Amino acid sequence: MLEIRNLHVRVDRQEILKGVDLSVKPGEVHAVMGPNGSGKSTLAQVLAGHPAYTVTEGKVLFEGRNLLEMPPEARAREGVFLAFQYPVEIPGVANAYFLKAGLNEIRAHRGLPELDAIEFLQLLRERMRFVEMDQAMANRPVNEGFSGGEKKRNEILQMAILEPRLAILDETDSGLDIDALRVVANGINTMRHPERAMLLVTHYQRVLNYVTPDYVHVLLGGRIALSGGKGLALELEAKGYDWVKDEGPVPVAAEGGS
Amino acid sequence: MLQVAREKEQFLSAYEALQRNVLPPEPAWLRETRQRALTRFEDLHFPTTRDEDWKYTSVAPIVETPFQPILDGAPDLPEADAARLTRVRALAPDARGWTQLVIVDGRVAPNLSSLPVRRDGLVVAGLSEAVQTQEAAVESHLARYARYETNAFTAINTALIRDGAVVYVPDGYIVEEPIHVVFIATSREAPTVVHPRTLVITGTGSQAVVIETYVSAQDAHVFSNAVTELVLGDGSVLSHYRLMLEGPSAYHVATTQVHQACDSAYTSYSIAMGARLARNDLNVLLDGEGADCTLNGLYVATGTQHVDHHTSIDHAVPHGTSRQLYKGVLDGRGRAVFNGMIRVRPGAQKSDAHQINRNLLLSEQAIVDTKPQLEILADDVRCTHGAAIGQLDDDMLFYARSRGMGEQTARGLLTYGFAAELIERIAIQTLRERLAQLLMSALRTGWEAKVRP
Repeated sequence: MLEIRNLHVRVDRQEILKGVDLSVKPGEVHAVMGPNGSGKSTLAQVLAGHPAYTVTEGKVLFEGRNLLEMPPEARAREGVFLAFQYPVEIPGVANAYFLKAGLNEIRAHRGLPELDAIEFLQLLRERMRFVEMDQAMANRPVNEGFSGGEKKRNEILQMAILEPRLAILDETDSGLDIDALRVVANGINTMRHPERAMLLVTHYQRVLNYVTPDYVHVLLGGRIALSGGKGLALELEAKGYDWVKDEGPVPVAAEGGS
Repeated sequence: MLQVAREKEQFLSAYEALQRNVLPPEPAWLRETRQRALTRFEDLHFPTTRDEDWKYTSVAPIVETPFQPILDGAPDLPEADAARLTRVRALAPDARGWTQLVIVDGRVAPNLSSLPVRRDGLVVAGLSEAVQTQEAAVESHLARYARYETNAFTAINTALIRDGAVVYVPDGYIVEEPIHVVFIATSREAPTVVHPRTLVITGTGSQAVVIETYVSAQDAHVFSNAVTELVLGDGSVLSHYRLMLEGPSAYHVATTQVHQACDSAYTSYSIAMGARLARNDLNVLLDGEGADCTLNGLYVATGTQHVDHHTSIDHAVPHGTSRQLYKGVLDGRGRAVFNGMIRVRPGAQKSDAHQINRNLLLSEQAIVDTKPQLEILADDVRCTHGAAIGQLDDDMLFYARSRGMGEQTARGLLTYGFAAELIERIAIQTLRERLAQLLMSALRTGWEAKVRP
């Protein structure tokens, strides 16, 4: 589904990603771990098409098509979703309206009829219950005045409504109390599907107590330094990241998943 | 000087024609007011960009056009304008409950209006009728506030007063339903000028909502030179909407003069989305202790539109409060001016004034000039002001696009979000929804014009 080959990315003339290789198949959940500044968020943002990043080398194929050529909205319509590490506040635009506008453009792209206000509201209510969000938040401006946890839930809500084929979750677990973490993890688990892949970008092993990945990758210095199964996360938790450096780069998916 | 004389000639001959052929016999006080205003007009000159107050707005396109006065009565509406009128009424689907005063080409159209209203002392009437019936309030207040002594546009409006709207709310009376005054300019062969006039008087402890809506036929080459006087009695509450929704060939110059007595509360919603060139002056005199005003403004200029707002708050006595929020959206080669003057006179202690102007530029050719001004001559006051000019936020745009929205949709949504702060202050739901629609469509038109080669 997703093929990343030798990806090099710069931002402000500084090279952040220095040759990332990663292959994700439908139904798989990959955790991408690494210390601060290793390039995790850059990888997530580049896949979603953030204009601040420049790809200098390499390829990203999504279902065989060149993802890097597509503007962000085309990626979303093809089924790529990024849960933002720092969800953006949009004053004056109701959460529900924002989501409906996105969903209907995605549906139009897929040849599906637009949802009218009533149909959308039904869907929204149902999915809000699923992420245990107060229904009143539908009418509040997007993310404005939301707590950190509410913002992250709102990202999961958007994922649940847009039903992407590839979901990239950028530190969606950081800064959450245990209740919110459980809600987010439950959202991720419920969304697991043989046709859907997920990329969990995370700093901490904690979320992996609730979501079992098929593969764990360690991003260090702009490269995947180590890949393994779910056991690798525990090892990282116990030993930190420093020991990985000594191991040197390891080919992608060298070890089997669960 | 020759040039100046020629510019005024058309207005002077309009005055003669009005006197000779059109006006019914009128009370002496009005005749004298006219003459005084005319005399002042003869001495004044139309402003140029050398005048500080008009630095960024040239009225040359107005004074150089031979606008014809309309001397006949209210015409039957051409079909296109009737349709336009229907759309104006659709501004407020609940308008059935509203009092409507419709003024077509400067004359009250009785068959389109729910007039006159006279109950328990409340009067909603056409100005010419109110003059004939000798409403005492009209004589005491008309032309007493808007200063024709210093402003050529106000002077000629006053000299050529013919019709308009009068609202008188008696002491203690609460008008439940909005009073909607609709000014319609139709399309005629030659460019035309009208001088709309509105007078609203609220008695002690009374309350009212007055909406002035200005519209014109899409191709009407019209100059509306409007003057509105609002006189708030002690403790009265007035919400005043001024909606400029004219077509792309319209010119609009307006002065709204507000006089506030003790403990009165004035809220203004000034929405400018139409006209090729619009200048909107809003002057508030806080003349009684405890008076409070809130001025909300939203302007949109796309294509080659030019819109200029000047506000002036005069804190003349202690304990006055003023709040201002003006927001502008500029696209294409649109140009906007905001000039906000807050004056606190000596002795006007405990004055509390706050002013914000924010502008969103959607294109590189759009221009905005914003100038907040404070003139504070008392020492125990609180006055703050601020102005900002910005563009759409890249992170917001990316966020919206990452959810599947195309760039145009995303820009539209974010722009709406910028303006929503003001739209959402509008308490009348039907009006709020209609203005939200109009805003979206004004922006869309601008974008369509921009993406065309």
